[in-house]
Order: sequence, then structure tokens, then C-alpha cells
Amino acid sequence: MCSVCGCAEGETRIEGVDHHHGHHHHDHHHGEHHHPHTPAPAAEPQTSLAKDWLHYGQGAARAHAPGLTQQRMVQIEQDILGKNDRYAAANREEFARRSLFALNLVSSPGSGKTSLLTRTLRELDQRFPLAVIEGDQQTSQDADRIRETGVQAVQVNTGKGCHLDAHMVGHALEQLEALKGGLLFIENVGNLVCPAAFDLGEAHKVAILSVTEGEDKPIKYPDMFHAADLLLLNKVDLLPHLDFDVEACIDYARRVKPDIQVIQVSARSGEGMQAWIDWLLEGRARLINQRLQQLEDETQALKALL
Amino acid sequence: MHEMSIAEGVIQLLEEQAQAQHFSRVKTLWLEVGPLASVDVQALSFCFEAVSRHTLAEAATLNIIEVPGLAWCLGCEGQVPIRQRFDACPDCGSYQLQVIQGDELRVKELEVD
Repeated sequence: MCSVCGCAEGETRIEGVDHHHGHHHHDHHHGEHHHPHTPAPAAEPQTSLAKDWLHYGQGAARAHAPGLTQQRMVQIEQDILGKNDRYAAANREEFARRSLFALNLVSSPGSGKTSLLTRTLRELDQRFPLAVIEGDQQTSQDADRIRETGVQAVQVNTGKGCHLDAHMVGHALEQLEALKGGLLFIENVGNLVCPAAFDLGEAHKVAILSVTEGEDKPIKYPDMFHAADLLLLNKVDLLPHLDFDVEACIDYARRVKPDIQVIQVSARSGEGMQAWIDWLLEGRARLINQRLQQLEDETQALKALL
Repeated sequence: MHEMSIAEGVIQLLEEQAQAQHFSRVKTLWLEVGPLASVDVQALSFCFEAVSRHTLAEAATLNIIEVPGLAWCLGCEGQVPIRQRFDACPDCGSYQLQVIQGDELRVKELEVD
């Protein structure tokens, strides 16, 4: 385990981070990359394929800590996800500093996340800065699809990992250093289980559920729908051909998250896209207003010191 | 399989504690896990055994303390037991519940050398 940022073995790769990073030679390499956050877990990028594609390779064996031999009990009471949460807090501070409205898009594979995202990016039409962090186990196909819209994308390959963690997002964010005042979409690995437990520092988790998946998904995978603030019910253009019960689905979602918002959309027909875009614009405006208020308060406090 | 990441997180946490509290081996550890922590206890035990090899916790005994789930029912204005996120209040049937206990996932205690 790396003693500087806590990087451990893993197989994640992020485009653009160019350093080889094995366990036993960490000390020689840490001067070469920037670590904005406190010690935390997860993997460290090992090999770079391109400017904005990071991949985490297999790390080496862990060290044994020296110490006493006397047997004793130690009370520690530490949260296992505490380190991820500290990284997430650092990301959240960075998002606030850059006035970035960051969303963590979660769903099962095949829900239409990337299609919905590319349509969203086209409709937003660069009216403010946009970027995407794409999480997948392998390939840069999704980042390539995003780039076809003209929007900057960083692909993170998690290797064997089933979710993005806050540490990977922190490194990916370093590849987007010019991004300020806009919208950052983090498309998580397609998985309705694991990403629920890992805060990335986002403003909201947005769960995308397509109507071809069945209306009972919110209670079959309650942790994810509990963690989400918005449910996008996608592919509603297919409803006439399916037995999907929309009301039952929404009812199930509200059982696990009573105040979850729901927008019905179709990335294909465009239905509901305006409501979703409005939700994004309102959220972004709210965030920028909060940031303005904070800066005004700081300005006033400084002026009072004169 | 995020239980693998969580097991790795446990090992990292133990390695940090080993340096801070000067021990070299963990013989037994007690984890507190709630029913709402999105963790499968059996998968976690399996993963822990795999990732603890060649570490300070090799062959350590893993004990899981299962913390019961509790929620505050807005309708009944009282605490009620729950086992899953989508459970209804056992008294009034409402889903307007706020979880107050059961999402714990922490290392509680260690027996070390």
C-alpha cells in the first residue's frame, strides 16, 4: 500500500495519467504526480494508453508493519469506507471551488445511460463547459461516443473493479483542470449494486432505469435507489410494447426513497428530455448561486477587516 | 463484488493501525455490519480470506457483529425495527421511514500481537 495516497493494488486505468506505479518503488514516483487529497484507498493508475485514459494495473505485495509482539486488544471503531469518504469530501471541495455541478449516473448495463448522455450533451450544446468521466471495466468505447459530441471525456477503466471510487475520480478530475462553472457527468460502471456504497463527491446520484428492465428493480436493488435523488425512467417510447407498470415502479422507488424525483424520458424520441434538461439547469444555477453567496460573504468578511 | 474492495479497505485500515499502534500481526478482528450496509457478510468473509494472504492479517479470525436495523417512523413518531430499505413500518404500514441504525460498516476491535 502506498504510504502517500494509500494507492493499493488494482487494475484500474485512467486516460492521461502517465506514470508507472508499483508498490515497491512508490517513493521514487510520488514527486511526479499531483495528489490533492488526503490518504485514501483504491487503486493507482499504472500504465497510460493515451492522454486521457488511465488504467490501474496489478500492484505488488503489501508490506508487513514492524511492531511489538505482545498480544493485546485494540479498540479502533473505524468506518471501512471512511477513506473513500475522505476522498469524496476532497472531490466535493474541488467541485465547489470550481463551481462544478457534478452528477453520478448509476444504472444497470444497457439502461441507455450513454445514449441518454450523448443526447443530453447535444441538447445542452456547449452553452456552458461540459465534461464526462466514463467508468467501465474495459475499453474506451463510451468515451469515444462522448467525444463524438464534441465534449471532453476521460475514460476510467476499473479493470476487475465493479464501481468507481472517489480516488479514481480525483485523478480523473486532474485531467480536466480547465473545467470550471459547468456540468460534470460521471458515468459509473453499469451495476445496480456496488456503486451505491461509494460516494464520489457528487451533488446527486441519478439512477437510470429503462422500462425494459422491469418495474420491481427499485426494491430488488434498494440500496441504489435509496442513494439516488433522481430517477430517470428511460426508453418510455417502448411502453406501448411492454407490460411495464410505471405507477408500480414509481411506488417501489418511493418505498426505498420517499422523496425521490422521477422524470420519464426517451433518449430516442426526445420525450421528457426538456424536463431533464430543466432539472440540470436549475441544479447548476442553484449551485452557482450558493457559490456566489459564499464568495460574497467572504468578500464582506475581508472588507470588514480593512 | 464490491466486498473485495471493502476487504482490501479493511487490510489498509489494519496496516495503518499497525504503524500507529505498533503491532505486527492481527489475530482476530471484529467487524460491525448492519443489514443496510450493502454488504453480503459471506462474500465479505470469503474476500477477506483471499486478500489477507501474505499480509499482517493472514489467517486472522474474522468475527462479524450484526447490528440490527432501526428506523424512525414519521407516522408513529417512534422507532421501529427494519431489515431492508423497502420495509414498511410494522405498526402502521407506512414507508415514510428514516433509517437511524443498520448501515454500519466498521472495524470495531482487534486482537493483535
